[in-house]
Amino acid sequence: MIAALATLGQSTLGLLAAIGRVCLFAFSVVTHMLRPPFYIREFSQALLNIGFFSLPVVGLTALFAGGALALQIYAGGARFNAEAVVPSIVAIGMTRELGPVLGGLMVAARVASSIAAEIGTMKVTEQIDALVTLSTNPMRYLTVPRVLAATLAVPVLVAVGDAIGIMGGYFVGINRLDFNAAAYLKNTVDFLEFWDIASGMVKGAVFGFIVALMGCYYGMRSGRGAQGVGRATKSAVVASSVLILASNYVLTEVFFNA
Amino acid sequence: MICLENIYKSFGNNAVLKGINVKVEAGNSLVIIGGSGTGKSVMLKCILGLIPPNQGRILVDGQDAEHTERDAFLARFGMLFQGGALFDSLSVWQNVAFRLLRGALKRSPAEAREIAVEKLRRVGLSADVANKFPGELSGGMQKRVGLARAIAAEPEIIFFDEPTTGLDPIMAGVINDLIREIVVEMGATAMTITHDMSSVRAIADKVAMLHNGVIQWSGPISDIDQSGDPYLDQFIHGRAEGPIEAIR
Repeated sequence: MIAALATLGQSTLGLLAAIGRVCLFAFSVVTHMLRPPFYIREFSQALLNIGFFSLPVVGLTALFAGGALALQIYAGGARFNAEAVVPSIVAIGMTRELGPVLGGLMVAARVASSIAAEIGTMKVTEQIDALVTLSTNPMRYLTVPRVLAATLAVPVLVAVGDAIGIMGGYFVGINRLDFNAAAYLKNTVDFLEFWDIASGMVKGAVFGFIVALMGCYYGMRSGRGAQGVGRATKSAVVASSVLILASNYVLTEVFFNA
Repeated sequence: MICLENIYKSFGNNAVLKGINVKVEAGNSLVIIGGSGTGKSVMLKCILGLIPPNQGRILVDGQDAEHTERDAFLARFGMLFQGGALFDSLSVWQNVAFRLLRGALKRSPAEAREIAVEKLRRVGLSADVANKFPGELSGGMQKRVGLARAIAAEPEIIFFDEPTTGLDPIMAGVINDLIREIVVEMGATAMTITHDMSSVRAIADKVAMLHNGVIQWSGPISDIDQSGDPYLDQFIHGRAEGPIEAIR
């Protein structure tokens, strides 16, 4: 009994310590963001990698999710003669939930892993030590540009993903479900509000911050060798995915139920 | 002058440094020898502040390293890492001129590139290498680029962590000569970690042997063969039998 309690206590303390470390790391990133020097070249490169090169995967995910959503809403709505709600529910569902969450998860898979692997490899090959000896703060040079770029790029990706997802629903709606094209578009526009889109983009910014933060955090804490880098990469993806889903619930509560 | 006073460092229960006392005079070249895992790299990293010591003082020209302005302190140092530690995402010249492209020593890109090419030439690499990426170079070339980066800003103090490990004997000889030349010409203070006895003889003014967390022996290179220290004798002759256990 005592041993079981000790194990439980140890795990709880370990979890709390990990949360504390992540919070301190996040605080340090934010404070470093506000003080020069700023590395514009590294920021631009991160913006390109995280924003532009994630576009295909986010776009494809949104396209298929929008199409599938239209089919599901149509099938579900048919049970109580509400097939006409397909355009508005696809639009609201994509902008408020599926766009940001699926976009965030796709970026987590693509970006958190690559950031953790890159920084982890830099750590095990002493490149981070080399940065310090060259009078360059790794937090400012490696972490700040990536976190800032992800925080700014993911909302844009979400907005583009929303549009592509709504288009996916539109294509399925007019080709498979026999909706009138003009009526579908009118329903989409009429029922969509500015806050639907804006809330999704705010979620995107939070998810972008989480993804890059987790990638950098686990990369910086990477253990030795290939196994250490592998573990850091896996942890970054798992942690950012779970945090995205958890923070999505919190944000939805704050935005729509408070 | 670099002075280490009573430096202790442990990682968990593993005490690596147990009271290190070392002095390196300005313009001198100290080579630190010792078995693998005896804390030689930890010692250099403690000086640079990459690893904080648990106890003890590090003085550089009489100033406590802990209480000096960090950027100004590090600007006095150059370091060649064991694996080169070149930045994969930057070209060779950008690696060499890293310090000259940002911070207090910032120059225009053209000027920084010119200095980088000159430093590359100094370590025996042609200008064609400048635009390549580290991944396109052999191990020996990477080491020389690392050396060029270490000397690019003409630091007063240079650390070399196993500069000849993994190189063929000819390339190792070239690197040894280069280090000696740099130390003499630049008048820099140098600390080198190596297992390679030919490097020790080529580079050192003074030698210190680290064993079991303390400096086991130190003295001028000329005394190394007549030290009378059984640990040092075993190490420099590479004998399996002796006071140092072969299996650690």
